[in-house]
Amino acid sequence: MALDFSQIIPALPGLADGMALTLKLLVMAVGGGVVLGTLLALARLSDNLLLSRLAKWYVNYFRSIPLLLVISWFYLVVPMVLSWITGDLTPVGAFTSCLVAFVMFEAAYFSEIVRAGIQSISRGQINAAYALGMTYSQAMRLVILPQAFRKMMPLLLQQSIILFQDTSLVYAVGLMDFLNTARSKGDIVGLPHEFLLFAGAVYFVISFGASQCVKRLQKRLAV
Amino acid sequence: MSAMISINNVSKWYGDFQVLTDCTTGVKKGEVVVVCGPSGSGKSTLIKCVNALEPFQKGEIIVDGISVGDPKTDLPKLRSRVGMVFQHFELFPHLSITENLAIAQVKVLGRSQEEARDKGLKLLDRVGLKAHAHKFPGQLSGGQQQRVAIARALAMDPIAMLFDEPTSALDPEMINEVLDVMTELAQEGMTMMCVTHEMGFARRVAHRVIFMDKGAIVEDCEKDAFFGDINARSERARQFLSKILQH
Repeated sequence: MALDFSQIIPALPGLADGMALTLKLLVMAVGGGVVLGTLLALARLSDNLLLSRLAKWYVNYFRSIPLLLVISWFYLVVPMVLSWITGDLTPVGAFTSCLVAFVMFEAAYFSEIVRAGIQSISRGQINAAYALGMTYSQAMRLVILPQAFRKMMPLLLQQSIILFQDTSLVYAVGLMDFLNTARSKGDIVGLPHEFLLFAGAVYFVISFGASQCVKRLQKRLAV
Repeated sequence: MSAMISINNVSKWYGDFQVLTDCTTGVKKGEVVVVCGPSGSGKSTLIKCVNALEPFQKGEIIVDGISVGDPKTDLPKLRSRVGMVFQHFELFPHLSITENLAIAQVKVLGRSQEEARDKGLKLLDRVGLKAHAHKFPGQLSGGQQQRVAIARALAMDPIAMLFDEPTSALDPEMINEVLDVMTELAQEGMTMMCVTHEMGFARRVAHRVIFMDKGAIVEDCEKDAFFGDINARSERARQFLSKILQH
């Protein structure tokens, strides 16, 4: 069987649209996941037993179920919940429900990274912040989290690279991300192998390239 | 002279283990008190109780008329009025020296950036480090970092200063530069409570010396009495002093 990659060139604008959706989902999911994950980590580390337990259960729960399940499930549940909250019955799109699913799922993973980051900052730093009259929230925002995020940056980026690949699971609810676009374009022109090989190469180049950058960053931060 | 810090019958436990036993003492306004004792004697714990970095279960501590242990006390406000210097400096490594000096002035006291900056630079000049303002803590020596830490605490215009083994983590040649700053501060009339093993500093600068052992205050007397008549001291204090004064 001879491979024919020539049909990929005319399909590039469509594929670029797919990649745009993938990246948009990635950036928003990482942003939301880090914010929610940080709140979860703070809850987990708090002296409040109830908060700490709730955060622990949340993390354990989401880390124990498959992402594909969360995506499919949220596709059914999120529109319902959102229409209850807003009273608006116009259905939210698959993109929104996927975004919510990714944010909530990834927050569980990000929170463990953030928690380790916070715990790696010495007790003396928070004491120094308190001794200067800072409140808990000031000490966290101004002293602890900036240092913790600096230390965690490689791990957060590594997790984001995994998330980049995992975004392809949105095919389950019919979102036209990069992989789904490549598959459908390949089917239309009858060249599924070529398009999937091309998509694989693109994922590889981006993920591997990003991963190498993270390694370099890690070395620089370690010095 | 009125009591700036008064510590009354303070006891503290970690679980079943008692770390402080009925500690009663005080620091008057303008007084310099040195707290010494073997490691594990509870002196660092006691000084951390004064600004509530460590909670205590029994007794009371009054700082400038405010009860530290009272749940209604605004602790951040109280702490902002009491400077503290730590063994390991605890400058914020992600901020420049200028920012280290300014951050609490701006965020806690609500001073403007310019005001905080000017005040910081003035104090930095006073501890002889103005030329390092733009650097980061990691670029300074231990002695320099500790001097910055003292300036950072002074920038809050504290009513008293707590020193928790400020020279214990320093190389010998850097100890004096920190003690010089502390001596100057004492001579200007700052109220100071210092946990330290530097008996030379205690002898030169302190008004009173407190000796602690096993969580209790064993000796609490005027400096001259403490160093003058060693035979009048407790057995435990004599042992400690003979070990520490040999070198």
